[in-house]
Amino acid sequence: MTAERTPLYEEHIRLGAQMTNFGGWLMPLQYSSIREEHRTVREAVGLFDLSHMGELRLKDDGVAQRVLTRDLTRLRTERVQYALLCNEDGGIVDDVLVYALRDGGYLLVVNAGNQDGDFDWIKAHAPSSAGEGHRGDTILNVGRDWALLGVQGPKAVDLVQRLTSSELGGVKYYAFVEGRVAEVACMISRTGYTGEDGFELFCGNDDAGRLWRALLEEGQADGIRPAGLGARDTLRLEAGMRLYGNDMDDKTNPLEAGLDWTLSLDKDFVGRDAILRARQQGLGRILVGLRMLDRNIPRHGYGVLKEGQPVGVVSSGNVSFTLGYNIAMAYVPPALAEPQTRLAVDVRGSAAPAEVVSLPFYKRPHPK
Amino acid sequence: MPDLSGMRFSESHEWVKQDGDTATVGITEYAQSQLGDVIYLELPTVGQQLDAGGRLGVIESVKAASDLYSPVGGQVADVNQELTDHPEYVNQDPYGKGWIIKLRAIKDNPKLLDQKAYDDFVKGKSHA
Repeated sequence: MTAERTPLYEEHIRLGAQMTNFGGWLMPLQYSSIREEHRTVREAVGLFDLSHMGELRLKDDGVAQRVLTRDLTRLRTERVQYALLCNEDGGIVDDVLVYALRDGGYLLVVNAGNQDGDFDWIKAHAPSSAGEGHRGDTILNVGRDWALLGVQGPKAVDLVQRLTSSELGGVKYYAFVEGRVAEVACMISRTGYTGEDGFELFCGNDDAGRLWRALLEEGQADGIRPAGLGARDTLRLEAGMRLYGNDMDDKTNPLEAGLDWTLSLDKDFVGRDAILRARQQGLGRILVGLRMLDRNIPRHGYGVLKEGQPVGVVSSGNVSFTLGYNIAMAYVPPALAEPQTRLAVDVRGSAAPAEVVSLPFYKRPHPK
Repeated sequence: MPDLSGMRFSESHEWVKQDGDTATVGITEYAQSQLGDVIYLELPTVGQQLDAGGRLGVIESVKAASDLYSPVGGQVADVNQELTDHPEYVNQDPYGKGWIIKLRAIKDNPKLLDQKAYDDFVKGKSHA
């Protein structure tokens, strides 16, 4: 299957990016160095192409309430929530951001590789009360109509503010406004997947190149760099943010993934009964943070050991450029999940010592 | 452009430069660019015996862990300790301060490529 290209593909090639196939999309892995791009986002501002992310337009409140794990009646207009789609067994189908739109209904931002699957899955699970007659437009797959740019880092808010007349100081974390940035009509969302402050800008495909170039030019004074998926992964890992497909999948229960806070168990949603049953029966495994105590690098799929015996598995791991040691997220039995528990990671047949630590590994110094 | 004269290369993208009875080993510019940011190297200890084409150690980048192979046989005479704190030297200067090990009592490997043959080999790969 040929990988899809985002509207910014030519920009990435011009900037000398190393491209990679991610979720069916040809995306920049890195432009210069993952280390440098990571540091730029932590210390200044980085620019990401996130146009591979899927967007689904969900108009019907009943459908949204049925398929999403959180109670959306509490979500105010122009606010954003992180939520899950679960299957009947309580397994995670996808993790999504839910935007409550001004003209009613929701925009769901979903993982690139899941957008078509989520679309079919939501359609199949739409309650019949939504009515056969208008089921066709209950949900629209608009992911390929939209580009998405991430502007992330301590200098991101100031940079975007210089390019818009919208008052961004009033846009809280996990809120958004519609406006114009560099003369491009955008949904300006104070969200991100890096652990830093910043914005994600949704715009039409045709405007994406213009917006991208304007941000790079205006951001020169801030030391902006384009950043690829490599840095995005090391940044989100430090911030303790789960990656769908690595840290959770359709066999993972939200309680195991430590995502209890995304569950509104007092409303009915697909998977709720199975999740309640799992809670009652007790969990066999739970996601924890690990700090490596030597220089070995834990990676997805490596075994976790307790006194030489296999007890779990690493779901994500890498170097932490910000902290200066190596970190992982791993599934272990709840009895071994307490911080400071001594474990080991099986790195090529050797037991590399590790210690359970609480998540996230990194929190930005001055959250606004 | 670094001085690559006298260097020979393996198809697994290591270089070796013999100087008297010592040979210095590292990875090529092409290898470092493919690996991306190097963050850790698992290296042999001084005195260890290596076979030509045998496993030398492991190099880890942000992306992945990869095996390193010794282009010639010999006994490990020195290991670049600087790389413990500065693995990025392998990216910044793969033919210079990013060297990895030195060997003595060298057993040569006739399968190694000269620079022209290696460049052609890499070109063939990137156009594949």
